[in-house]
Amino acid sequence: MYEFDFERPSTIAEAVAALATEDAQALGGGQTLIPTLKQRLASPSKLVSLSGIAEMKGISADGGTVTIGGGTSHAAVAAGAGAYPALAALAGNIGDPAVRSRGTIGGSLANNDPSACYPSAALASGATIVTNTREIAADDYFEGMFTTALEEGEIITAVRFPVPDAAAYAKFEQPASRFALVGVFVAKYADGVRVAVTGASEDGVFRWTEAEEALSANFSVDAVAGLSASADGLISDLHGDAAYRAHLIGVMTKRAVAAAS
Amino acid sequence: MPKDNGIGASPKRREDVRFLTGRGKYTDDIQLANTSYACFARSDVANGVIKSIDTSAAEAMPGVLAVFTGEDFVEVGGNPAGWAISSRDGTPMHEPKRPVLAHGKVRHVGDAYAAVVAETPEQARDAAEAIEIDIEEQPAVIDMAAALSGSTFVHDEIGTNQCFDWGWIEDNREATDEAIKNAPHVTTLELINNRVVPNAMEPRASIGDYDPGTDEYKLYTTSQNPHLTRLLISAFVLGIPENKLTVVAPDVGGGFGSKIYHYGEEALVLAAAKKLARPVKWTASRSEAFLTDAHGRDHVTKIELACDKEGNFIAFRTETLANVGAYLSNFSTATPTFLHGTLMAGTYTVPNVYVNVKTVFTNTAPVDAYRGAGRPEATYSIERVIDKCADELGIDKIEIRRKNFIQPDQYPYTTPVGLSYDIGNYDALMDTLERRLDVAGFEARRAESAANGKLRGIGINSYIEACGIAPSNLVGQLGSRVGLYDAATVRVNATGNISVMVGAHSHGQGHETVFPQVVAEMLGIDEASIDIVHGDSSKIPFGMGTYGSRSLAVCGSAVVRATEKIINKGKKIAAHMLEASDADIELVDGQFTVAGTDKSVGFGDVALKAYIPHEFPLEDIEPGLEETAFYDPANFTYPSGAYGCEVEVDPETGKVDILKFVACDDFGNVVNPMIVEGQVQGGLGQGIGQAMLEVGTYDADGQLTNGSYMDYAMPRADDMPQMVVDHSNGTACTHNPLGVKGCGEAGAIGSPPTVVNAVVNALRSAGHDVTHIDMPLTPSRVWAAMNG
Repeated sequence: MYEFDFERPSTIAEAVAALATEDAQALGGGQTLIPTLKQRLASPSKLVSLSGIAEMKGISADGGTVTIGGGTSHAAVAAGAGAYPALAALAGNIGDPAVRSRGTIGGSLANNDPSACYPSAALASGATIVTNTREIAADDYFEGMFTTALEEGEIITAVRFPVPDAAAYAKFEQPASRFALVGVFVAKYADGVRVAVTGASEDGVFRWTEAEEALSANFSVDAVAGLSASADGLISDLHGDAAYRAHLIGVMTKRAVAAAS
Repeated sequence: MPKDNGIGASPKRREDVRFLTGRGKYTDDIQLANTSYACFARSDVANGVIKSIDTSAAEAMPGVLAVFTGEDFVEVGGNPAGWAISSRDGTPMHEPKRPVLAHGKVRHVGDAYAAVVAETPEQARDAAEAIEIDIEEQPAVIDMAAALSGSTFVHDEIGTNQCFDWGWIEDNREATDEAIKNAPHVTTLELINNRVVPNAMEPRASIGDYDPGTDEYKLYTTSQNPHLTRLLISAFVLGIPENKLTVVAPDVGGGFGSKIYHYGEEALVLAAAKKLARPVKWTASRSEAFLTDAHGRDHVTKIELACDKEGNFIAFRTETLANVGAYLSNFSTATPTFLHGTLMAGTYTVPNVYVNVKTVFTNTAPVDAYRGAGRPEATYSIERVIDKCADELGIDKIEIRRKNFIQPDQYPYTTPVGLSYDIGNYDALMDTLERRLDVAGFEARRAESAANGKLRGIGINSYIEACGIAPSNLVGQLGSRVGLYDAATVRVNATGNISVMVGAHSHGQGHETVFPQVVAEMLGIDEASIDIVHGDSSKIPFGMGTYGSRSLAVCGSAVVRATEKIINKGKKIAAHMLEASDADIELVDGQFTVAGTDKSVGFGDVALKAYIPHEFPLEDIEPGLEETAFYDPANFTYPSGAYGCEVEVDPETGKVDILKFVACDDFGNVVNPMIVEGQVQGGLGQGIGQAMLEVGTYDADGQLTNGSYMDYAMPRADDMPQMVVDHSNGTACTHNPLGVKGCGEAGAIGSPPTVVNAVVNALRSAGHDVTHIDMPLTPSRVWAAMNG
């Protein structure tokens, strides 16, 4: 990696101030950024570690909402988000133990890798992304592969998830990285069902509205058995072409519904 | 009670104590005083003419000590191919020079065209990025068939991308063609044996050191064969006299073939160390390992099997394109030829076999021997086409193999492709496989799977391989430029413990445990008093190293021969001490005893006498107790096996689970059953990796598109099935003193066709008209095969 300055502030305010430096970059768990730096594919002037900010860590459940600090590790969510079992299960199946111990929910959502797991949970849950300056609805947050509504220097301090009546995440793993080749998160709320798909689209996580409508009318595997997702705009790579991913969207949706039912 | 000492015992691997406690000492762990660091500037285009290289900015950067380009090595030799192969028309192979650093052209992504040496690794890397190169890019030569018909060349000076066009055996050609033309049935299969990246746990690393006071060089490097590396550097590349060059291969974290070869980085650090008169270290990144380690396999093959309607084999004929990459790596010409074509009769009595292999230069990393080296390619072709033939004729997969097996009373059996199998019993192996896989119960298990919505398949395979490489006279006739003996020195110390210096190098095989078992068995002493010395050319006799499952069969035989000499000399000394005749002395349980009496002296007393030779018949016996033996095998050893597995395919996703894998091998006598089991399991891991997960993929521009673990899938623990390893059917090798055969590569040879046969079987059982799927059998490929 190239040389950079390093700061590890203990408050959000200090972090925001530290990030004001030109080409400064926030460092969450570093699960994407550190390998990128080691490959010399990024050259930030300064890394501002968010790992020392106590107010960004932890999980609380209150009145049908689970709130997770942006600096909370996947392992902590897996162990502590029992109020939202599907979310805890998702977190517990990201990467391997080392990844889960370092990686954070805020880091994952800020990076918005098109194959990451968390974006599907946030979008399917209609979560609220809380930053140091504002609150962003998940529907407005994800803007495409590795692109979000975050402004320069903006930090995800927490994520609020409305707890659904039923939910499940079904992931089909890419054989090498074990990121989602296709992952489908299904969440059933009183006012309808939301279905979010990760891993599949060139535009990153998206909602499969056709399935949402079918499932909102009838939350059952049968309701989506006849649906097929469009292959338009889906990723084709070494691990599967667009047609295969489109097929897997249907299969994983059914499996998520079965697991949630 | 199982033995706890000597041959047949399974002591825990003594080397694991240091490996598992972090005390292994690998090349990168060696830190010489005043070390400097090398970083290589590598091409990011696959094929191009170097118009200019400007190193001035790099040279001016902080900490930079020297910058090298190909120009600095024009006067030294190239890294040679170890085997000379002739084409069918008698012309020699094309053998373009492989320079230390690219000169004039770059030929694959990762090809090093310059190197920087600096005070720190970071400074070296900064400066390497500052080197300016102007490359006139040319179209990349990637696809082998297109390479042979195209007009863009990897090596312009030879004017073709074909290295050679080899026929084996050319005299079989007409008869085989005729037999196939007239056969009642011919099964044809086209297949790809996928390119794999070796991915040893430890990336390559080298330290060059030079002492101006003595003009001596020392190279620490990740090698499977320090003497061979020294020979290549001395005799071919840098011309350093062998007596002035020491090569040390310390602990090495896996090789799988990729660390047999000499690489340019080793020459660079030596040359740089001399220029700077200080140590120069280089350690590959994982990315460099992907781009520059010699890859494995990469064959495209058409195979035909001719037989009668009952499935009695008449002929095999193959046409193969074998990728050698951008340069000829040291064994790259032997691997697709004599390690492949000679195995194309398998375990079968087939009267006609003809093999044609065209090797092709492409703008990709060099391709060379990788665990199994040619024999996996042969086994895959044979065992896949047999399965297809059985399906076409409606014959049971086991029955068609059994009816063509060479029978025990036919040994020694000379195949139509030039090998003489000394011994084996393929039906016995198949019997054990049927029992341990419970083949009879398969249909019931298939029904259970079906009830769960899964397609269950069974795959059967019979492999044979030729290893324990190799008889020097034979391989010399076939084009080898080296001998393939090995050597051992047994040094009994004055206090009776023993150091055994061996030419074989252990980088995962467990030699430090196994060789002492052999010596302990012969001498009747505790193996704990015996240690192995390996890896340092200044300490060990000239042996050829470890590859081709040769360590025990060849080097172990040298250990036996040297130990026999120790015993003979010990008898003479004991006879003197006991005032008896040599001929009456026997060695039993570590005691030299006068036969039929209770007069004896211990092994330790004899050792002490040898080194303190008072009252010693110096006119008849030299003092000391140290003996060396070189052993050149009379033949290859021929391990064989019956492998089987069961898979379940998820028809919705194409995902394959291997439920159980049974490997029944004939390794002859087994010295350490636990280590043999581990070797087979490791081989299965690599074979299953190739079958299910791995493929090095270049795009049309010559970029390795999966050069990291994000996209290159290595097998993980949960990709591995339940494994049953059985070696109860050993038929002792007839020509080496231990009766052993090689076991290191078997798993990687026998498993890929077993897995593919099982998956095809599963799909066909559900009515899918699938005859073949190319490896790796990723979910998307299997799903596409079902929904094609």
